Amino acid sequence: MVDTKINLCGIELDNPVIPASGTFGYGYEFAELYDINCLGTFSFKGTTLEERFGNPTPRIAECASGMLNAVGLQNPGVKKVVSEELPRLKKVFHKKVMANVSGFGIDEYVEVCRILDKEEQVGWLEVNVSCPNVHGGGLSFGTDAKTAAAVTAAVKKATTKPVIIKLSPNVTDITEIARAVEDAGADGVSLINTLVGMRLDLRTKKPVIKNVTGGLSGPAVFPVALNMVYKTSKAVKIPVVGMGGVSSAEDVLEMILAGATAVEVGAANLVDPFACKEIVEKLPEAMQKYGIKSLNELRGKA
Amino acid sequence: MKQVIFELKHTERLCENVFKSVFAGDTSGITNPGQFVNVKIDGLYLRRPISVCDKEEGALTLVYKVVGKGTAALSEAKPGAKFDVLTGLGNGYDLSMSGNAPLLVGGGVGVPPLYYLAKKLIEKGIKPFVALGFNRKEEVFFQKEFEALGAKVALATVDGSQGVKGFVTNVLPENYSYFYACGPEPMLKALYNATTSEGELSFEERMGCGFGACMGCSCKTITGNKRICKDGPVLKKGEILW
Repeated sequence: MVDTKINLCGIELDNPVIPASGTFGYGYEFAELYDINCLGTFSFKGTTLEERFGNPTPRIAECASGMLNAVGLQNPGVKKVVSEELPRLKKVFHKKVMANVSGFGIDEYVEVCRILDKEEQVGWLEVNVSCPNVHGGGLSFGTDAKTAAAVTAAVKKATTKPVIIKLSPNVTDITEIARAVEDAGADGVSLINTLVGMRLDLRTKKPVIKNVTGGLSGPAVFPVALNMVYKTSKAVKIPVVGMGGVSSAEDVLEMILAGATAVEVGAANLVDPFACKEIVEKLPEAMQKYGIKSLNELRGKA
Repeated sequence: MKQVIFELKHTERLCENVFKSVFAGDTSGITNPGQFVNVKIDGLYLRRPISVCDKEEGALTLVYKVVGKGTAALSEAKPGAKFDVLTGLGNGYDLSMSGNAPLLVGGGVGVPPLYYLAKKLIEKGIKPFVALGFNRKEEVFFQKEFEALGAKVALATVDGSQGVKGFVTNVLPENYSYFYACGPEPMLKALYNATTSEGELSFEERMGCGFGACMGCSCKTITGNKRICKDGPVLKKGEILW
């Protein structure tokens, strides 16, 4: 028997597989297909203080081995998340859930975290300082070490739950931001958010995405993400949640070998709604194949 | 929603760039006319959403226009090719609203889902009036198929090369109990303004997942934000915001 258990910021997970925010909604669409309690946990749709529609459509474009999205944080707002989404979620998911939080100012991050802090089912706050699709928004917090640290410090005062800062890859040195948020009290970091990209339509001579740019995800970004996880896990002592193009149990193992504590799976859920279930099921087999007895032994050995 | 492996039985060209492919596989996930399926194509990352033109037990018919790599690959696939398909996506049309004399309006590649709708209405003993619009005669398809079902069909082409010259709004009957539409957005908008009854319109948008997870295809409506893939693609006339 192999041991797939991991501990993320003091909470034990049955396995390291976590559907990433924005690719799993609030879980119900997937709960209709399989028992989502097989997951380690999942990170729900990025939540802001007020309801947001997000960017104008089209906001999806295909790329080789991946996709661009410019959804722009569509969500019903934190009050509705607490009053409507979380009670529904509780019926289909019985583990701690990761709450993904976004904002357009430090006060908003703090307020959303303060509200979610009271929710028992929320195990972790994943604070997104890195959404590439909102103008004047999250990205500016995540691309500057000082502001990323300021958000972290402010949020830490508003909650007793572990705070995981979700980092942008669209920076010169991601380890600098990771160290800054660690110093400011972050309990963990998750990376990478999507890489900024674009596609053009030769017929209309215009960008495919109305917002012009979008965030690239899918298998195309996996090597970039793996390298950033590798570098960051050597630069900080707090847990690193790895993500970016993860699509198989082998990808999960590579991420952990690079230093990740847990692994988020994003775009794969959108093209194969059973992707995470299959990864969870195949993980023990893949561990056996490569002679891995426990994930804790494997972590950061690269 | 069901994930099903379908086997391609045959494909035929209906007109210039429009193809009809018939597949064998479990169609029990498809519960309503106006729903769509999302087809995985080898070598392409995102699935391709295509409306259901017809279904029977064990047989699925898709009619689609070749517009890019995905639909081109589908049209060129050989009989026996296997496809991973998510079925039964979207809400579909509400048949219970039809009344005795429903109007079905299709424009271009918006025509196919109306075929299964017409078939289901006729099964219920309700005879629809079908108004079809195309740009020119080389793009016309399915007129005879609707007639063979027993529907009354009117045809318009923009250049007048077949049927009445003009838009589909030029061939609407005077009286109808309700309408169902699918087609390009300018057609839907013209129809929204020209119709005298309540009705339902099916919309298109670029999708990520096709089953409500990614919020890629959302639109604003009078009743709040809706996902075209999950809460649509069919919206009621009364909830549309242009």
